Amino acid sequence: MSREKFQSISAADFFYRNREIAGFDNPVRATYTIIRELVENALDACEQYSIPPDVRTKLIGEGNSIYRIRVEDNGIGVPYDQVPYAFGQILFGSKYMLRQSRGIFGLGGKMAVLYGQITAHSSVKVLSSTGGFEKYFYELNINVQENKPIVRRKEVTPNPGRWRGTIIEFSFEGDYVRAKPKVVEYFRQTSILLPYANILFIDPDGTLYRFDKITDEMPKPAETVKPHPYGVDLEIVHRMINATRSSTMVDFLVNNFHRVGAATAINFLKEAKISQNANPRTLDSKELLRLVNKMKEFDGFQPPDAQCLSPIGEELLKKGIVREFRPEYVAVTQRGASAYAGYPFIVEAAIAYGGDIPITPQDEMLVFRFANKIPLLYDLHSDVTMKVIKKINWQRYRLDLSSMPLAFFVHICATKVPYKTVGKEYIADRPEVEYEIEWALKTCARDIRAHLAKKEKADIVQRRLSVFERYLPMIANFSTELAGNGKPPDYEKVLRRVQAHAKEVEQRSLVEAE
Amino acid sequence: MLRKSNREVLSKLSELGNEIYAEIERGEFPRIRIPSRTTSNIVFDEELGQFVLGDQRSLRSAANIKQIRSLTQLLWVASFAKRLVSEGKSSTLRDLYYHSLNYGIKFREQTESDDTVTDLETLLGEPREGFNIFPKERSAIFGDLEIEYTTPETHKGRRVNLGSNPDGVMVGLSVAQADFLSCNADKVFVIEKNAVFRRFIEERVYDKFNAILIDTAGQAPRLARLLIRRLNQELGLPVYLLTDADPWGMHIAMVIIRGSANAAHLRDLTTVRAKWVGLWATDIKRFNLPSFPLTKLDEERIRLLEEDMRYRDFEWQSELQEFKKTKRRAELEAFSAHGLTAIVDKYLPKKLKMIEEN
Repeated sequence: MSREKFQSISAADFFYRNREIAGFDNPVRATYTIIRELVENALDACEQYSIPPDVRTKLIGEGNSIYRIRVEDNGIGVPYDQVPYAFGQILFGSKYMLRQSRGIFGLGGKMAVLYGQITAHSSVKVLSSTGGFEKYFYELNINVQENKPIVRRKEVTPNPGRWRGTIIEFSFEGDYVRAKPKVVEYFRQTSILLPYANILFIDPDGTLYRFDKITDEMPKPAETVKPHPYGVDLEIVHRMINATRSSTMVDFLVNNFHRVGAATAINFLKEAKISQNANPRTLDSKELLRLVNKMKEFDGFQPPDAQCLSPIGEELLKKGIVREFRPEYVAVTQRGASAYAGYPFIVEAAIAYGGDIPITPQDEMLVFRFANKIPLLYDLHSDVTMKVIKKINWQRYRLDLSSMPLAFFVHICATKVPYKTVGKEYIADRPEVEYEIEWALKTCARDIRAHLAKKEKADIVQRRLSVFERYLPMIANFSTELAGNGKPPDYEKVLRRVQAHAKEVEQRSLVEAE
Repeated sequence: MLRKSNREVLSKLSELGNEIYAEIERGEFPRIRIPSRTTSNIVFDEELGQFVLGDQRSLRSAANIKQIRSLTQLLWVASFAKRLVSEGKSSTLRDLYYHSLNYGIKFREQTESDDTVTDLETLLGEPREGFNIFPKERSAIFGDLEIEYTTPETHKGRRVNLGSNPDGVMVGLSVAQADFLSCNADKVFVIEKNAVFRRFIEERVYDKFNAILIDTAGQAPRLARLLIRRLNQELGLPVYLLTDADPWGMHIAMVIIRGSANAAHLRDLTTVRAKWVGLWATDIKRFNLPSFPLTKLDEERIRLLEEDMRYRDFEWQSELQEFKKTKRRAELEAFSAHGLTAIVDKYLPKKLKMIEEN
């Protein structure tokens, strides 16, 4: 007889026991992850509603490796009755719908709170308002075993200034000294991608890192989108059927799936040998399995549409890079929408040249990766971007990675980013993604090459001109002396011919570059 | 010869200036065509008995970024030359290089300014001595020849006898340009080695042979060659060349007679009728002279000379063959093995007789 004791654990308990998968494996990594998760939630709270983010982060050392973090945003605020769940219950929320956002499960922020609770016995303090007449304050803990919020204190106060946003504060055990380089780099890279955000960070030493917005333009917010038939599995379809109000299969497909119209649905159901008028709830398990399998095989679906995505855009990407590096030239490109496994994605890339960009040895190339506006700071060499950079024959573009001041930027936005691991630090080399990154970088490289060629030409023309300007007067003088004439000949006419020629060359190269 | 062309040189220089001036005034890029000095353009002129430049010309245009600098340099050298000639002053190649630093004319090193001087010689067909530019002189002259200086202004009209200085008189611009007043000698001995030149003075060779002595101190400088030519042409004196018995000495004699490829752009430096007295290769055996084996370099030089147009005459070829056969060389000083005066008493009379009988 088995003496094994079976028990179920709550989601909170599961993540408590397996915290390394969410990036909380040690105090250094935890410090970085907590800051990142909270800042990203703050940014999301602004961007989804087109509010230019104003995010302030303060980290205070309290001694004995305990730090207190406070993150303040001007986002839409958390509705009064949602606060306990938003901060005190793991896996709260319904995510059957897909939307490009920084996090997927809304897990990170709560893990941070949980981590604070278990390492520093800290409860989390939240002050929020949606801009109404009241602001509300909560002090919460998480009941780990039951995955439920415990409200310690709750206060509602008037909000005469109509302040809107969220302030979250708690303590945790961390190691800022060793996390510092990554944390600072995280803020710096975030600011590159978000030139429309005010980002401020005060570290425990009192150092202020401040990135002021340089534009009021913002990319359009990401939209929620229904899943594409290529991107669902049996479980998801099962849940969708349980939730649907559609009474026929055609309606069910049209109402719940991305880019499926009535005609497509009818064709597909024929192929799947499922009656179009069948009530979805009456499908037996065999039919359900056939339905899901056929979804992957059927080639009549329109590819997913990337309208729902929120790329940065060439202009904004350029602005962010220019602010940070003051480069001599930036080539930016945004690829058209593509899709992998039913998930739409868009790749944006840039290559910057010169300015404050240093010349680096080939194995320390400046490569900046972003996924859904999050900088990826770890495991560069496992990332698909690196694979692509190594694959491209840069000589064809007359770029020398080891002797030229170059920086590479790749941003992929997707309803589901193909991360290779749970740690969400590097992107898997899915062929579709790899292809898009490769062509984005090649497009930029061509642009840079054209710029460099143009510059070289202009330099040559300028040097030529200065040679003529130097020697023609001398020739004029010597010929005057030799001829025994009183005054030198007017060489301006000859010089003007050189200048006209220079202008011509310059214009020709401009046309070529276009 | 040089003296006479001063005015001619000046008019050539101002003609050059006028052309350039006019081109600039017309709004054109000034340009110059210079006879090319590349080996493919150096040909042997049978009539003149010397190397001359062919018809190829290279362009120096202000429109060409690669040529404008050297065109400017050339015009600067020309204007510098004009000043020298018109003010009766002179300069060395080194001096000219330093002068250029004053004008922002960037010559990378002296070889570049030397080259530019050669360009001007080529363009105008005048030796640099005509522009009062000459290299450091090493050659000397001794003999009963009365001259009157024509340059510089400070010495104009002064007379001097070239036998008055027992070391000989250095052959500089002033000596080369001087008027010959009276000459009691009836031949010229041109000697490669200073030691032998001194010996000839001590042994009164000038008296015994009634000769003017010239020490070339190796390869004859151009002023020395000019002077030799003038003595031969203006005074009708036969010229006899004394060199070591090796391919280098042989070539010193040849350059005086038929000129060098380096100076193919110039005329009037050669003395075609000058006679090479020796030492010949055959003299080593003939006079039982102490000798040394030829070096590798000597042998290579002999091979080169064999194919040289200037050496195709039978006498010269047979001397080259003798070198190849014996593989020995000897110097003028070798006669000292037979006593202090052997070269004067035994060799010279015998060789001169041989040459006259030919």
